[in-house]
Amino acid sequence: MTPGSPTEQRRSFGGATLRRAGLLVAGAVFVLWAVATLTFFAIRLIPGDPAQAILGGPGSQASQEALDQVRSDYGLDQPLIVQYFAMLGRLLTGDLGVSYALKLPVADLLAAQLGGTLLLSALSLVLAWVLALGLAIWSTGRGRIASAVGEGIEITTAALPHFWLAAVLIAVFSVALDWLPPVATGTPAGFVLPVVTLAIPLAGFLAQVMRDSLLDAMQQPFVVSARARGESAVGLRVRHTIRHASLPAISLSGWALGWLLSGAVVVETIFAMPGLGRTLLQAVTLRDIPVVTGVVLLVALVYVLMTVLTDLAARIADPRLRQESGR
Amino acid sequence: MTNTPAPALEVAQLRVGFGGTDVVHGIDLTIMPGECVAIVGESGSGKSVTARALLGMAGADSRTSAEHLRIDGLDLGAASEREWRRERGRRAGLILQDALGSLDPLRTVGREIEDPLRIHLRLPASERRARVLRLLADVGMPDPVSAVRRRSGELSGGLRQRALIAAAIALDPPLLIADEPTTALDVTVQARILALLDEIRERGTGVLLISHDLAVVSRMADRILVMREGRIIEQGSTGEVLEAPREDYTRSLIAAVPAEVPRGVRLSATPMRPATQSGALPTISSPLRPSHDPAIRTTPLLELSHLTKTFAVPGGRFTAVDDVSLSLHRGETLGLVGESGSGKTTVARLALALTTPDSGSVRFDGEEWSALDERQRRPTRHRIGAIYQDPLGSFDPRWNVGRLLADAVRGAREAGTSDVSAGPTAPVVAVLLDQVGLAASVADRKPMTLSGGQRQRVAIARALAGSPELLICDEPVSALDVTIQAQILDLLDDIQRERGLALLFISHDLGVVHHMADHVAVMRAGRIVESGDAGRVFTQPGHPYTAQLVADSPRLAT
Repeated sequence: MTPGSPTEQRRSFGGATLRRAGLLVAGAVFVLWAVATLTFFAIRLIPGDPAQAILGGPGSQASQEALDQVRSDYGLDQPLIVQYFAMLGRLLTGDLGVSYALKLPVADLLAAQLGGTLLLSALSLVLAWVLALGLAIWSTGRGRIASAVGEGIEITTAALPHFWLAAVLIAVFSVALDWLPPVATGTPAGFVLPVVTLAIPLAGFLAQVMRDSLLDAMQQPFVVSARARGESAVGLRVRHTIRHASLPAISLSGWALGWLLSGAVVVETIFAMPGLGRTLLQAVTLRDIPVVTGVVLLVALVYVLMTVLTDLAARIADPRLRQESGR
Repeated sequence: MTNTPAPALEVAQLRVGFGGTDVVHGIDLTIMPGECVAIVGESGSGKSVTARALLGMAGADSRTSAEHLRIDGLDLGAASEREWRRERGRRAGLILQDALGSLDPLRTVGREIEDPLRIHLRLPASERRARVLRLLADVGMPDPVSAVRRRSGELSGGLRQRALIAAAIALDPPLLIADEPTTALDVTVQARILALLDEIRERGTGVLLISHDLAVVSRMADRILVMREGRIIEQGSTGEVLEAPREDYTRSLIAAVPAEVPRGVRLSATPMRPATQSGALPTISSPLRPSHDPAIRTTPLLELSHLTKTFAVPGGRFTAVDDVSLSLHRGETLGLVGESGSGKTTVARLALALTTPDSGSVRFDGEEWSALDERQRRPTRHRIGAIYQDPLGSFDPRWNVGRLLADAVRGAREAGTSDVSAGPTAPVVAVLLDQVGLAASVADRKPMTLSGGQRQRVAIARALAGSPELLICDEPVSALDVTIQAQILDLLDDIQRERGLALLFISHDLGVVHHMADHVAVMRAGRIVESGDAGRVFTQPGHPYTAQLVADSPRLAT
């Protein structure tokens, strides 16, 4: 055993990773600031008086005194720029404010909803990966017909809108077959249809990417040399080509989670599931500005975290990436 | 010890077809243990298909048939994929050309070598690992313990090839098939890999060596089979085939090996360009060599003086080019030889002013060149042409050849230097195509549909569009078969003679440089270790490194 080389390699890998992590954190802070700023000003463009919203929403019969009182309580009578910096200051201390409609701290509200939505998105992502890998593997190396069928399934499913898919799934599995509940019941069975609804279009999309890179990997000379060593078709996929095929799909998963969170707005509403998506929809309807800001910031944070995670996952799956940054 | 050992390989009437057409038409081949048999032929002759068919791997849409196909006595002529799988790696190993792609870039070398042990033997993991280390030591891998943790991208070309060989011989198969095992390698590395294969053969393995280059196989093959269009057209002992070839095709393969063929003697069977000669075909060209005339020796066309170029690497700077001085006169060829990584291409980029030197200067036609800014250089750019190893990457894949060349002609006109200054570009394109020996119909084809030799001809035509005085050729023939290489070298020779071009000819292949160059400079680790008249440098090398390169350079072993 040469004492130096492996440890040395590990150390340089660690150093490069630390540098990268520092950059990513700085980037994440910038993104969150930008999101907070954009949301703050964009919300001012929504017609309607926040003070009205606080006092029971549009149509409430609040007195002028009550409105003035609320404006000064919430600092809404201050110039916009003062309100902006007050908001940034609160955010820095981790204070997301109090919901106008529910009069509860936004942080508590979101904490209660986050788990369900994350579970929904994560399960959908996992299912999408399983479906996509299965489809990509099945439809390659099996002749032209399988390949055309695979391609057709991918394009069709990738183009399916969530609301339509949800309606069809409910009609088939809840109404006609009565296998699964049409609304989220909080039981595992209630999770099935929402997860499937979110996963299927994503699976179609991921499978397209995976099949392309799988076909590409199967053309590589290392496949020939592996076969010449006696590797079986299954062994080739497990040990060689699937790994190559997953690389672009891993990079896409960060984006996919963001896509799933926005899909959750539709799916949670249709299946009447508690979650961030539904909370956001309600908050926008009620002009509950602190809740909207909170949800948007939280989604941005999840997005950033997921990007970091997929970056790390890509570097674990593809050692060449580690090597390049170390060089 | 058996009295009569079974042949390592015994195949009769091997046929391989794709769709409706046969590409291999009935090949008979026997290889005894400890024997090395070579199949030589151009790309497309069916030799690689043959190699794969011998392992039952000709491809999903192929039909393979044989009267018998015995590997180490076991007939696999009618074997199913499952039966084949049991024998691949155990009875026969395969080594492919491109070790970078032939080892999975995501897996460590150790795992790749462990694969055949894991697939075919029931061994505890610790025993497997010990055998991997032993194998790596056997193939001459320095520091096997750290090598097993590396991936193919982290190893040099030669070490990668060693790792690939280790994986192929892991189970000590009686037959080893090596398909162009050294084609992408530097000569010194090539010599060592061939020596390693020879060692494996001496241990009693039957080796089937496949190459387009007779010079490479002549070193170690006992017998040579010449393959053309799916048939063996000639075979015999290495001496017989090289000394008394019966077929014209074999003779053309032998003639195409440029090593030690004097400058000006044609390598290919193509006649000298008719535009230049009036009368009988001369066998030896007399290129314009003004450098031999002391009166016009004064200003070199290209002059590099004390060039140094470094690149940032972690923990310091890497010196790619270190105090390099060269000069090149009109009509002359300067050969620049060295292994990969020696800084040859950086010199080319400096001469083209695509990169700026840290110190030193490049002068073109007596004028400052490297110190100018790009706007000042632009009017002079077209006077320097360049061709590279892989022309495909420099062509827009959606443009046809006619458009590629027309674009170059227009560029030259803007600079005011095209041969024909106005009018439609089509006739000019036709002339260019004719000059590089391509039919006018090639103008309608896309680069992807052309062969490697045709692509390089198009690249040359494009470089000629600006009527350059200097042509920088960076490994122009390294990706080509020897016979095609011979044609391209002859073409460059013709063009040089017609136009009085100066050539800066960069190659790792000594034979090619020896054939092409008037003067030669040998580069190693960024420095010129030796330079001078090509004949002198290669016959009486003054530097031990040059002597080593000359000794390792493949030549016909007659």
